[in-house]
Amino acid sequence: MATLTMTGAKPVPSTMQIAIKEAFLTAFLVFMLSFLMIGFETQAQQGQPLSYVTRFAAIVWGIILVPLGRILIVFNRHGRPMPALIGGGFAFLYLFGGAVIAILFDVLVIPFNDYFGEAAGAAGIPLPFADPIVDAIFGLGALYIVILGIQTMRHTAHGELTLAQREAKEARTALRAKQISMVLGPALLVTALVLPFTPWSDRVLVETMTLILTYVMLGWGLNIVVGLAGLLDLGYVAFYAVGAYSYAKLATEFGLDFWASLPLAGAFAAFFGVVLGFPVLRLRGDYLAIVTLGFGEMIRITLINWQAFTGGPNGITGIPRMTFFGVPFDRTPEEGTQAFHTLFGLEYSTMHRILFLYYVILGLALITNFFTIRLRKLPIGRAWEALREDETACRALGINPTNTKLTAFALGAMMAGFAGSFFAVRQAFISPESFVFLESAVILAIVVLGGMGSQVGVALAAVLLIGLPEVMRELSLYRMLAFGAVMVLIMLWRPRGLLAHREPTILLRRGGGKAKPRKAGATA
Amino acid sequence: MTAMLRISGVRTFYGHIEALKGVDVEVAEGEIVTIIGANGAGKSTLLMTICGSPQARDGSVVFEGQEITRQPTFEIMRKGIAQAPEGRRIFPRMSVIENLKMGAITSDPKYFDEDVEKVFAIFPRLKERQAQRGGTLSGGEQQMLAIARALMSRPRLLLLDEPSLGLAPLIVKQIFQVIREINEQQKVTVLLVEQNANHALKLADRGYVMVNGRITLSGGGAELLANPEVRAAYLEGGHH
Repeated sequence: MATLTMTGAKPVPSTMQIAIKEAFLTAFLVFMLSFLMIGFETQAQQGQPLSYVTRFAAIVWGIILVPLGRILIVFNRHGRPMPALIGGGFAFLYLFGGAVIAILFDVLVIPFNDYFGEAAGAAGIPLPFADPIVDAIFGLGALYIVILGIQTMRHTAHGELTLAQREAKEARTALRAKQISMVLGPALLVTALVLPFTPWSDRVLVETMTLILTYVMLGWGLNIVVGLAGLLDLGYVAFYAVGAYSYAKLATEFGLDFWASLPLAGAFAAFFGVVLGFPVLRLRGDYLAIVTLGFGEMIRITLINWQAFTGGPNGITGIPRMTFFGVPFDRTPEEGTQAFHTLFGLEYSTMHRILFLYYVILGLALITNFFTIRLRKLPIGRAWEALREDETACRALGINPTNTKLTAFALGAMMAGFAGSFFAVRQAFISPESFVFLESAVILAIVVLGGMGSQVGVALAAVLLIGLPEVMRELSLYRMLAFGAVMVLIMLWRPRGLLAHREPTILLRRGGGKAKPRKAGATA
Repeated sequence: MTAMLRISGVRTFYGHIEALKGVDVEVAEGEIVTIIGANGAGKSTLLMTICGSPQARDGSVVFEGQEITRQPTFEIMRKGIAQAPEGRRIFPRMSVIENLKMGAITSDPKYFDEDVEKVFAIFPRLKERQAQRGGTLSGGEQQMLAIARALMSRPRLLLLDEPSLGLAPLIVKQIFQVIREINEQQKVTVLLVEQNANHALKLADRGYVMVNGRITLSGGGAELLANPEVRAAYLEGGHH
């Protein structure tokens, strides 16, 4: 491999030289990044001063393994995928496989430790990192190198793609995404409808699904703003907060129930959408993103500091719970009134309310979805899409960009407002802590990962991004790491999102050249 | 004939740079009028000033007796003026038919089918490509789409900014033929900005020559075509 270095005189560095140089750089980077964060673990024990333990072995392993991976990548980049395939493959099998065995061993054998005695304490595979999860993550890194190697192999076999081929490939991907969406959409819907009645269903599952559906709804709402109108909004959670506080205040101060407050909360949020939109819509792209980010923080900080109205950091407690269109889910209804279970002659169960909440958010989410799909086929929806592509051209066609964008902002905000009041009625307690920037980021990630503008994609991404961390709760802090890894992987695999495709808003009768509105879209 | 569009003493600035230094142009109903000139003479700026982006600092633009100098672009474009902008600016991710639908966004939807038939009759090529994404069309087809999209708003005045830019000579010829057709059959008045002086002047009833933000010459199309100054500056050295 290093034969090129023997020719010496040439100023072009050989692959080996580049690889070694990059390996040293990587090693340095690993050291700088990990020394403080990984090298020391602070330990707080009751009654004792804060102490720390060192984990230098982990750093040393990082400094050895990561640059090795870098060397493989460099060789692969220079058209030699073999080291990446072999080295990466071995590393993946050993690290990932070893970690899986170790974890399984822990789960399956440790409980029997007493029975088997000390011998069963560890799987006996020497792994570099003490925690098998970290080994597994390194193994996945190796797998990524193998994938890079396979890609290089394919490229050398087929040669570079021409522009036309790339177009065709993109079209194929879009078509496949469309086909998947057409199957997956109804499948997800049916699953969502019947899941609470399947034998596997329990309280935790239904509550997790309720949470996921809240984010599906938020994702679909933000999709109007980001996916259709192309306005990057980093402060979407502000409208979610407005909706939540609207319901909380209306219910606690004026005694309005959920169904009466819902439209009001939506209207308030839409109003805030317009208030934010008006000054900022002259801005584009990055600048718009920064200002919306600021707006989100403004709302949150106002909520914290306006003690008299919002309860400050303590939030609002005792928000009235969900009722069945006015009929409470109480165990013992007040004298002379009905409760849900007495009305339907059922045995009292706490699951009634939980199930009802689940179907309410499912309904709200589906309404959002239906609404968005219809909007796309109306002139306003098309104007949003056109605006995203070319604002100047839109103005030349007589479109008022300010009004059009404001409508997108207001409608997106309204959906967040609905979702916010649902959040408030479900939790019965809200505080500014629920409306931090991370929430905006997660909702945006759902939209982007799902494939901008793809409804099914957004639902799928919400299941992944909200469901996975819930499922992986046992991994404690590593779940954020896994969360990041999933996001990076999706972006590498499908840079336009999981199910990115764009459905035309009008189809034509074959040969007739007559425009036929899709599913009576343009008539409304 | 009274002027449909009257531009008088228009001065337009980009920051401190004076791009138009007092321009007077008139377009009568039913005419094809062309403005020719070199790169950077201010031709496109003039078209964009008519559309109110950027707005003229001085002077006035009057369309069908109505002052439009200070109106926002989208208002102006709803008064019966349509533009096929420089660089075509079609919507690349939208299909041909969706692009046309965008063109018709300000007009009554009941005319849509009829108008689509009309532009497909003018550009049969677009009919073949109606389901294709705008970005996948060839340059000539994109130009056709830009003009077709402009026509979808049922304009009385069509502003065309360098429709021949970057197109093969044969396609240029077709485009200019179509412009004449549109003018004669659809009774649309055309204001055409061109560097391709030869084609433009042959097509136009009248023409203006623009140099450095000023109109230096004006006259009938044939008259300008025969003018030795024009020939020297824009014809013999350049196109052919």
